[in-house]
Amino acid sequence: MRRVVWLLFCREWRLAWRRPGDLLNPLVFFALVVSLFPLAVGPEPSMLRSMAPGVIWVAALLATLLSLDGLFRSDYDDGSLEQWVLSPHPLALMVLVKVLHHWLLSGLAMVLLAPLFGLMLALPLSSLPVLVLTLLLGTPVLSLLGAVGAALTVGLKSGGVLLALLILPLYIPVLILGTGAMDAALQGMPVTGYALWLGCLAMLALSLAPIAIAAGLRIGVSE
Amino acid sequence: MKPLPVELDSLACERDQRELFASLSLRLEPGEILQVAGPNGSGKTSLLRIMAGLLPASAGEIHYGGRSVFHGAGQEDWRRHRLFIGHAPAVKGALTTEENLSWLCALSEPVAVEAIWQALEQVGLRGFEDIPCHNLSAGQHRRVALARLYLERHPVWILDEPFTAIDKAGVAALEKHIVKHAALGGMVIMTTHHGLEHLPGVRQLDMGQLN
Repeated sequence: MRRVVWLLFCREWRLAWRRPGDLLNPLVFFALVVSLFPLAVGPEPSMLRSMAPGVIWVAALLATLLSLDGLFRSDYDDGSLEQWVLSPHPLALMVLVKVLHHWLLSGLAMVLLAPLFGLMLALPLSSLPVLVLTLLLGTPVLSLLGAVGAALTVGLKSGGVLLALLILPLYIPVLILGTGAMDAALQGMPVTGYALWLGCLAMLALSLAPIAIAAGLRIGVSE
Repeated sequence: MKPLPVELDSLACERDQRELFASLSLRLEPGEILQVAGPNGSGKTSLLRIMAGLLPASAGEIHYGGRSVFHGAGQEDWRRHRLFIGHAPAVKGALTTEENLSWLCALSEPVAVEAIWQALEQVGLRGFEDIPCHNLSAGQHRRVALARLYLERHPVWILDEPFTAIDKAGVAALEKHIVKHAALGGMVIMTTHHGLEHLPGVRQLDMGQLN
């Protein structure tokens, strides 16, 4: 079992590095959206500071959604997914590895880039750890929930808009908690409550989403 | 692994409110080759996908060694014993032939690199170990997928159009391998439009004449 997880991780790693474009797209999108805002609304630091949490979170959310549309599509098209479903190994575990791998290369990269963009949007240094922490807890939830939608729309030729409609309502709690924590941090108030809630969501998504993703993929390959 | 008898018990399949087949009953013993034939759209692929476990049957049961393959211990056995190769060869263009086979086998049981090289030699792809599969032709793609038949130890093979895009020599080699598998007690269930009458012990199931 551990060996399959490791081999799957290696496979995903190879596939990702042989198509670096797919890897960079969400990051470039994230960077573009965040850096367009100061140009559009003007360089006034107080205004940028009050908008920064929302801008960074919305950009991270949309970048995740954008990158997830094709998460299972190529495996579905070439028949790999059939073989996953037929394997005696638990499908939920394999999709968890796949989604976490995807998060490592997109979500985690955004988390690491976020402080830089935070500074660009005039966030005070003291609030950056909160930004990183909330994104670290929130982006896996975005990836896992989005993967549920990607699994359900895998059989459709263009599932992009449907995926957004399905998943955006589920993203709203994460968005509210993430930006709420940042607003609290900017006003010098404690953020523990928000962080704990985000942690809860992350645990819930980690434990339940793989089951839903596996069920969605099973439906997808039986079409 | 020795196969157990497979029994289809009044199996039915319905797609988009259209009945493809109904009350299909059949018993397959170890050592048998079953060719599922019939016109396009008669439900050959659907039958194979139901048998593989990809598609739910609308009615009926499949038993493997007397136990249902749809749930419980029978399903566990069936998952370890049957190998399904469908229309789509499950070969990733960005991976090399060796990486593809290594992962596909790992889905059931990891195999050694030497075994993969031998299997590639059997399907005429020796020397292509490090070639990414998007540089290969359609027939070679199919050969990569079929190399699994030389690698994995599943006793029951379910093959959907295995001869597609394969040249004459390749077809002959594959036929020989299938007959050998059956002679060793294995079971093969396959669809093909290619005539298999010259092979010993092939049973025919004509889906066009079921209804």
